[in-house]
Amino acid sequence: MTQAKTRVPAVEGWFTLDDDDPRLLGSRCTTCGTFFFPRADFFCRNPECDGTAFEEAPLSRTGRVWSYTANHYQPPPPYVAADPFVPFAIAAVELAEEKMVVLGQVVAGVGTDQLAVGTEVELVLETLYEDDDHTYVVYKWRPLEVAR
Amino acid sequence: MSNDVAILGVGMHPWGKWGRNFVEYGVAAARDALADAGLRWTDVQFVSGADTIRNGYPGFIAGSTFAQAFGWSGARVSSCYAACASGAQAINTARAHILAGMCDVALVVGADTTPKGFFAPVGGDRTDDPDWLRFRLLGATNPSYFALYARRRMALYGATDQDFAQVKVKNSRHGLANPYARYRKEVSIDEVLASPVVADPLRLLEICATSDGGAAIVLSSMDYARRKATAPVRISAVSTVTPRYPNTVIEMPNFATDSAAVSAAPGLSFRDSVAAAAYDEAGVGPDDLDVAEVYDLSSALELDWYENIGLCKEGEAEKLLRDGDTTLGGRIPVNPSGGLSCFGEAIPAQAIAQVCELTWQLRGQATGRQVEGASTGLTINQGLFGHGSSVIVTT
Repeated sequence: MTQAKTRVPAVEGWFTLDDDDPRLLGSRCTTCGTFFFPRADFFCRNPECDGTAFEEAPLSRTGRVWSYTANHYQPPPPYVAADPFVPFAIAAVELAEEKMVVLGQVVAGVGTDQLAVGTEVELVLETLYEDDDHTYVVYKWRPLEVAR
Repeated sequence: MSNDVAILGVGMHPWGKWGRNFVEYGVAAARDALADAGLRWTDVQFVSGADTIRNGYPGFIAGSTFAQAFGWSGARVSSCYAACASGAQAINTARAHILAGMCDVALVVGADTTPKGFFAPVGGDRTDDPDWLRFRLLGATNPSYFALYARRRMALYGATDQDFAQVKVKNSRHGLANPYARYRKEVSIDEVLASPVVADPLRLLEICATSDGGAAIVLSSMDYARRKATAPVRISAVSTVTPRYPNTVIEMPNFATDSAAVSAAPGLSFRDSVAAAAYDEAGVGPDDLDVAEVYDLSSALELDWYENIGLCKEGEAEKLLRDGDTTLGGRIPVNPSGGLSCFGEAIPAQAIAQVCELTWQLRGQATGRQVEGASTGLTINQGLFGHGSSVIVTT
């Protein structure tokens, strides 16, 4: 008997669960306009700004790879690894409008041979791990060339 | 120079995987440092402890831990935690007390016992801690971050797997004669390249291990030193700067850089600024250096440091390495101790150990790895969460 598991984000409030247009949810200082991810909510971290008010800022969905790597050894907990462990890639991605670099895993099945500094990638949602009742979803980067 | 303090004594416990209590390593190192200084424990007025969280919580690995082990003497105490930079901060706290006239003699101690394998965050469900979250959400280990820098060097500057391996080969030779090094075995390029990839492009032999170890330094005012010794090696600068906003280089354990959308990135990167502040304080520059101990958490990261401390321009580190400039006997030997490559990292002791090595180098006591005529040296490292650390030592 198969029963659908509840799909939940692996961390609350960091990204939308919209499969068609997933976005990282940063924040933006309403005083100076600086972006933050993960979101800042209390004090603006721009040292020239005294701002304390922020608006939610869905970040650009696409960017270019600043650098990348792949883990060939299983990370320690709290990472929840598949058994057997499958190596996976990580990319640091430069977002042009926000002028910031955001780290994320690269989608399953894409290795370092399909990545380069400058590769254009887009944000997607993918399962990070599961338990008996839930599927925990996280944002990942996917190269546009291998998309769809 | 009015801001100098004297290094009266240094001591280390050999690095290894001894599996014993960290207090033992710290006390052994401190006893050696006191003997080297010709002082007794009861001469110490101030104990500055470098902490780590590996043994449970920072307060447990603290100045007072060592003060109690030596026997309570009423000495004043300080304890600080700054991840890999804990040791430099402990040195700086002792230095500040001496320069402020609050004490004449201070003992700086750091020691650690480490578990096997990757460093992992403190346990529990801590969803507001980026260090916990980067493991949970990304599986991003420390080597993952080192690998991002390495891969970028390859893309921007044409660094090769052979270059990274060559750093390891060089350091393995440097450490052969160092009695405190954990790994004293020469390795070849082929051996490095045959070791398994941990975090692409970095291989097992290119990533520093986690080690047990202890290091200690006895510092004093220059006035006190004049009564005890002739021409002691001195500390001329300790840089503990934090980044300037916006920090546009992705750093452990962060998920993202600051945004440069509103404020332009500063002229110097964070790592550049750590060294610049030390040079500025000591009144010297890269051309004055005879020797450097840099934090080679990975072989590739050593190349980044060459540029950060101004040994060459950005993108030229590979040439410096290939020309043999940073090898013992070269223009500016880097990591004559063997570096983290031969030691592995004992977090709170490591930045202190870097200064111990430079002290031996500047005294001409670095048997089998001596940089001839060294009179100015620099250490540099960087602790998790934006802790800069650099110490300049002079004769």
